[in-house]
Amino acid sequence: MIDILNALALLANFVIVPALAYGSQLALGALGVTMIYAVLRFSNFAHGETMSFGAMISVLATWGLQEAGITIGSLPTALLALPISIIATVCVCLLFDRLVYRYYRTQKAAPVTYLIISVGVLFVLSGVIRFIIGPKDQIFADGQRFILKARAFKEMTGLDQGLAIKTTQGVTVVTAVVIVALLFWFLNRTRTGKSMRAYSDNEELALLSGINPARVVMITWIITGALAAIAGTLYGLDKGYKPFTYLGLVLPIFSAAIVGGVGNPVGAIFGGFVIAFSEMLLTFAYKRVIAYLTPGDWVPDGLMQLLATDYKLAVSFVILVIVLLIKPTGMFSGKTL
Amino acid sequence: MSLLEGQAMFGGYGAADILQDCTIAIDKGEVVVVVGPNGAGKSTAMKALFGMLNLRKGSVFFNGEEITSMLPQERVRLGMGFVPQNSNVFTSMTVEENLEMGAFIRRDDYSESIAQVFRLFPALEEKRSQPAGELSGGQRQQVAVGRALMTNPDVLMLDEPTAGVSPIVMDELFDRILEVAKTGIAVIMVEQNARQALEIADRGYVLVQGQNRYSDTGAALLADQNVRKAFLGG
Amino acid sequence: MTERWRNSLLFAGMAALLVAVGVFQSSNLALAILNLCLISAIMTLGVNIQWGYAGLFNAGVMGFTALGGLAAVIISVPPVTEAWTAGGVRAVSGLCLGVLAIALGILTWKKLALNKTARGWASALIVVIGVVVMRWVIDPAVEAIEAVEPAKTGFLGGFGLPIMFAWMAGGALAALAAWAIGKISLGLRSDYLAIATLGISEIIIYILKNEDWLARGVKNVNGLSRPVPYEIELQSTLWVQSLASRIDINLIELSSIIVKLCYAGLFVVVLALIYWLSERALRSPWGRMMRAIRDNEIAAGAMGKNVTSRHLQVFILGSAVIGIAGAMLTTLDGIFTPSTYQPLRFTFLVWVMVIVGGSGNNLGSILGGFVIWFFWIEAEPLGLGLISFLTSSMAEDSPIRIHLLQNAAYTRYITMGAVLLLVLRFSPRGLIPERNR
Repeated sequence: MIDILNALALLANFVIVPALAYGSQLALGALGVTMIYAVLRFSNFAHGETMSFGAMISVLATWGLQEAGITIGSLPTALLALPISIIATVCVCLLFDRLVYRYYRTQKAAPVTYLIISVGVLFVLSGVIRFIIGPKDQIFADGQRFILKARAFKEMTGLDQGLAIKTTQGVTVVTAVVIVALLFWFLNRTRTGKSMRAYSDNEELALLSGINPARVVMITWIITGALAAIAGTLYGLDKGYKPFTYLGLVLPIFSAAIVGGVGNPVGAIFGGFVIAFSEMLLTFAYKRVIAYLTPGDWVPDGLMQLLATDYKLAVSFVILVIVLLIKPTGMFSGKTL
Repeated sequence: MSLLEGQAMFGGYGAADILQDCTIAIDKGEVVVVVGPNGAGKSTAMKALFGMLNLRKGSVFFNGEEITSMLPQERVRLGMGFVPQNSNVFTSMTVEENLEMGAFIRRDDYSESIAQVFRLFPALEEKRSQPAGELSGGQRQQVAVGRALMTNPDVLMLDEPTAGVSPIVMDELFDRILEVAKTGIAVIMVEQNARQALEIADRGYVLVQGQNRYSDTGAALLADQNVRKAFLGG
Repeated sequence: MTERWRNSLLFAGMAALLVAVGVFQSSNLALAILNLCLISAIMTLGVNIQWGYAGLFNAGVMGFTALGGLAAVIISVPPVTEAWTAGGVRAVSGLCLGVLAIALGILTWKKLALNKTARGWASALIVVIGVVVMRWVIDPAVEAIEAVEPAKTGFLGGFGLPIMFAWMAGGALAALAAWAIGKISLGLRSDYLAIATLGISEIIIYILKNEDWLARGVKNVNGLSRPVPYEIELQSTLWVQSLASRIDINLIELSSIIVKLCYAGLFVVVLALIYWLSERALRSPWGRMMRAIRDNEIAAGAMGKNVTSRHLQVFILGSAVIGIAGAMLTTLDGIFTPSTYQPLRFTFLVWVMVIVGGSGNNLGSILGGFVIWFFWIEAEPLGLGLISFLTSSMAEDSPIRIHLLQNAAYTRYITMGAVLLLVLRFSPRGLIPERNR
């Protein structure tokens, strides 16, 4: 019995807790991609850099706050910086919409044209980010490092295996839950949110109902910018801010969105967790878990790892490929909010 | 002057005009039906009245005001309700949300309008929290009509409301439309099923090649030998 | 002004820019830029075949380039016999098992007379078992191979053939990858191809970085053989020595210039060949049909053209050209470094080249490759100059100034993005627009 609990603690420590945090980050990112797709109908390749931009502003604002001596006790100061980052990122999104994307809406450009434009935006943003903060890693998590320390857990439960929960992980999951709840409340309960869903569902009919497309587009960018800033900051807080990693996040984020069905917010969240859990489960070394679960002192020879940790990214790609082969519309068919 | 009137309309989607001198008028409380062979420009005429197509010549009046160059959304505000032929509901949204979206331009309390729509289409009330995309074809059309009614329009415009529904459903839909008309709303519809439509119509227009061919009361058109032979199959 | 004149003028301007670099900076630098311009032009031709001819968005240029680089290693490096005896056969048979498992899985999915769910599980099971078996076969082999003199080799090596063969092999390898990815994602929505190619390219880089037994991973393979003479050899040759003294130039510099010129000659031949072939293809009935499909997919499909299989053809062809360019690039570098493959540089920059040059026009693509590569290189000193000018009023040791100067190189990302956006907005047909035939 104790062995089973130990195995569970081991899994929780190395798979479940990190996957919950990572899944929340991916889900928030995928939500941003899906919102843009549902309303503006294109795949925004610049979303990763938008997240990076938000994270950068958070880093800078955190430094400023720390300099000024403002902190919130054991929680990371970045939480205080988040509103600043959200405002800045939303401004950048609206600016790019005004300067770049809006023109192509009047031209009724093809989705692939938008795709290329988002590559241009990606270039500009990544240049701006590296110009401002440089290409190096920045760690900006402060406050208490752990909510639950491995040793405390061991003393509490008397198990051999510790379970540690980092503050950043806790903050990530809680923030994600709050944000997703707010988003769904907005989309399903408010007049503006419903008008966005209507526009995404049937543009023509939304126009006939007197819904103002310019307003819908603006609100979409505001939400996307906010989501990107939050997702980027949480990811940076959890893993350390490295400007170049965000481009690599585009793939898991798109995979998450497509698994769930692009354009569908529930699908995006579902997809985020599918990707995160698959990554963790497939790259976890089960050696010790199996050792606990098998009777006696038998220990398997190898690490019992399905896939080397370096191939995390391949997991999201394989999932993407499977979905494209079996159900290209995703688990929850897409295109509507 | 009529409530809604399109006078001597010329226009189409591309270079060639589909409408060639077409005039359609509708008075308060009337049910007007536009019939004609395929490609006669019936739906085009309807879209022209609603501003979904630019007229090259001619003009449209509503309540005595010229609205020829007004956007469709603005016409909705004036009191025109339009039900397109295809994709006329928000499929991913519930019945109730569809009605709410119909009332999007209204800032006042529209719960009475919703209740009214549910009185008119009792089947919808049971399914109010179901996505409209999951309903049957006839019920979808009811949602579409209900959505257009939410702005309390003076005139309701229906583009082939019975396309693709069974004859029984069609009869019921026509009954409902008559009930709408009884509340004082003028109804104009384009119909493929000319005979049944003319039976419930106060007046009818027969369009051929974008032009008025016959126009008279519904009963008179039904009685007219030429109309019967050419358009009603004898 | 006729089109021909205009184009000649554009290319002459480009040549003048390169000459100016030769005069004001150094001829070595000018030639180095020229060589990479030529390679970029070939990549751009490849992307143009996909985008310009067929409207396919390939976001995985980097991956195909890297596959070309891998081919350069596999073809040119002599086999490491010790590694082969340590586990070569086992590793290769493991790979074959993996391929076999996937093939079997696909066959099961396609041919088995079962319902969809059962087939899905059956083929998934086959693939999973296959992968486990593959790992069981391959893992000890990999370990053994990587243990063979890890500081010097630790990989299987290659065939020890002249590196020029790698240019074709690189094309073939890239074509193979393109076939697989095209099979999966073509025929779906257009952006799925973009996302799938983005994914495959990231994974190719991951594999190259991590599978040390294949090409040493991040330890790099250096000292690749060359299709042209080495500088040292040239320096000891009589005619080079006498030429150096005749035109009064440093012997070392001259030898380096000669090497670069040799490369440039080879690259020009390849570029000309590919350009000629692409132009022929574009003018052929096949090319006309491709453009018809691009301009109206639905109509072409209705006319009975198999749009998806045509797209697959064009996608494979374009990727092969990119693979060739990738092999040439690694040949020029003489070293294979998987960690240098960055999507911004290798995928999205090539896209800027295509769009700026003029999508659908091969000549435009070449010009785009030249112009953008030139400014990509020269934007660095220009950006630095600009920033130091802008901050010249600040104190020498002002931390902001130091920081800005440090990061000045990144202004070129901003420049490239801005160029792409501006061209798309104000001149979407590019420098040399597609001709309407």
